[in-house]
Amino acid sequence: MPELSYREAVRDALSRAMRDDEDVFIMGEDIAEMGGSMGVTQGLVDEFGPERVRNTPISEMALAGAAIGAAMQGMRPVAEIMYEDFLTLATEQIVNQAAKHRYMSGGQVTVPVTFRTQGGAGWSPGAQHAQQLESWFVHIPGLKVVFASTPTDVRGLLWSSIYDDNPVVFFEHRTLYGIKEDVPDELEPIPLGQARTHRRGEDVTVIATGRLVHEALAAANEAEQEGISVEVVDPRTLLPLDEEALISSVKKTNRCVVAHEAVVRGGFGAEVAAVIQYSAFDWLDAPIERVGAKFSPLPFAPVMEEFVVPHAGDVLNAIRRTVGRTDGN
Amino acid sequence: MAKVEQKGTLSKSDLREFFREMLLIRRFEEKVEERFRAGELPGFLHVAIGQEAVAVGVCRALEEGDIIASTHRAHGHTLAKGTTPNELMAELYGKMEGCSHGYGGSMHLYDIERGNMGANAVVGGGLPAITGAALSFKLRGEPRVGVAFFGDGATNIGTFHESLNLAQLWQVPAVFVCENNHWAESTPSWQHMPIEDISQRAVAYGMKAVKVDGQDVEAVYKAARRALEHARGGKGPVFLAVNTFRLVGHYIGDPQVYRSKEELEETRATQDPIEHLRTKLEMSADEVEEIDSEVKEIVEGAVEFAKNGTDPKPEDALKNIYA
Repeated sequence: MPELSYREAVRDALSRAMRDDEDVFIMGEDIAEMGGSMGVTQGLVDEFGPERVRNTPISEMALAGAAIGAAMQGMRPVAEIMYEDFLTLATEQIVNQAAKHRYMSGGQVTVPVTFRTQGGAGWSPGAQHAQQLESWFVHIPGLKVVFASTPTDVRGLLWSSIYDDNPVVFFEHRTLYGIKEDVPDELEPIPLGQARTHRRGEDVTVIATGRLVHEALAAANEAEQEGISVEVVDPRTLLPLDEEALISSVKKTNRCVVAHEAVVRGGFGAEVAAVIQYSAFDWLDAPIERVGAKFSPLPFAPVMEEFVVPHAGDVLNAIRRTVGRTDGN
Repeated sequence: MAKVEQKGTLSKSDLREFFREMLLIRRFEEKVEERFRAGELPGFLHVAIGQEAVAVGVCRALEEGDIIASTHRAHGHTLAKGTTPNELMAELYGKMEGCSHGYGGSMHLYDIERGNMGANAVVGGGLPAITGAALSFKLRGEPRVGVAFFGDGATNIGTFHESLNLAQLWQVPAVFVCENNHWAESTPSWQHMPIEDISQRAVAYGMKAVKVDGQDVEAVYKAARRALEHARGGKGPVFLAVNTFRLVGHYIGDPQVYRSKEELEETRATQDPIEHLRTKLEMSADEVEEIDSEVKEIVEGAVEFAKNGTDPKPEDALKNIYA
């Protein structure tokens, strides 16, 4: 089994899809010779040429929209939006066009486009290069939304996203690009809408996405020392959501923490909490805890950034609260 | 609707066919206005009375396989691209037999099989997709062209500039048809554009730009033919700056308080493309009457068809969201 970093796993999915299928091509800012601002597409232009690895101008509306138009003609483009923050520039095309063409046409057309993007704090980029906006897109009927947290997942989920006949907004986390893992020789597609249980536990379920999956696993190990058995579940696909997996886990543990790096208010965790309380109300022994960024733009100074975004300690404290223990005891 | 045999030249009978089609669009839209005012049509509607020569001239110049993207003022483009009056009218009545099966309405008319990639209710919204569709034609080596319709108002929005830049940069087979009717909703060109010659915007991106009289269907057709040949031949996209006139308000019911009565009357009297063609063809009153009663009958039939159409079930609203 080869060891791949998260970055290499994304690249592997892209290059395998392009090798297999002439209809797949990628486009984005600085993705060709430079290999993308995160180095994800390094070397792809050498193998596939500039027609299929297309550098675009800094024009998010046009590059998103052109990917949509090519998809409506049956191609499977993958458009890279360099930073999640720049999704704001492409949002009209993603929300009003990609998500709705099928619907507005009464089912006449499919839009098999994938928008890859990345974000995430922890390196002091300030307020316009690291925010987490996944919850915006979970609100839009017609889109699928994926947020992968491991090399194996990111590879299998990206493949499935490329081959999904619906528009997919695919979130990667910047601070995960370097993490490594043994992955199977053969790429195993991971169906969209299927959660993954990373760790089994009896007392509390932590439902986490992106970087917070890793923070939750660290918190779970700490909690174990304190005699609290924690289950960690990553939905992986935020839309559609594997509600059954989340609900059944909470029905077993009777306690739930939702955790993501995005701002808590209106975050994806709010949706998860609503789903859980509605379907597992009688099973809950404690209020659902939400972990996420404080209600602030991302600050620049490292001490402030560290303060705003959540870490394993925040997850651990939330776990403790669900079992009636005060922080640190 | 029969295709013009010899694409390069137009016979008198071709032009009579154009006349018939333009009149059909006119009568269709007049009927739409009448039925809307009678309270039969939901939503709100924009008609393109005065701009029929653009829709017909451009769409008649297309080849099989070419595609269009349209705007909120889409009835003419849609009919000219081959959607039947019945299917279009049924859509306006919200029926399942409609060209978007009741999911779209006047501003979201689709007919994928006939190459209509959709009318767009976001100004400039369709330009990036036409650029991308044209890119796919280029990548696949298909001799097809993507055509985007939009108005002068759309040339102020980012998608226009980003799309023209990208299309020219990538030399994709696209034709950008700017229907300059001099109004962005209620705002006149001089209030929304600091230049008079709209084609300069395309020239700024290095794109071939052609100016054409949009009230002369033959001129539109010929300019569109040349533009399509240019794009299809791999020579890059073309911008058609079509000078046209909206002889009505922005939407049905628009009191047009922003427009002087004198200007409107003068424009109506001098800029009707159907009247221009009638004069050019020296058509007698009887000839016109014959065609007129034929197209009116088609339009009446479309209303009947639509009224007898099938209402979607409320819960059908939850279909077609995902493939």
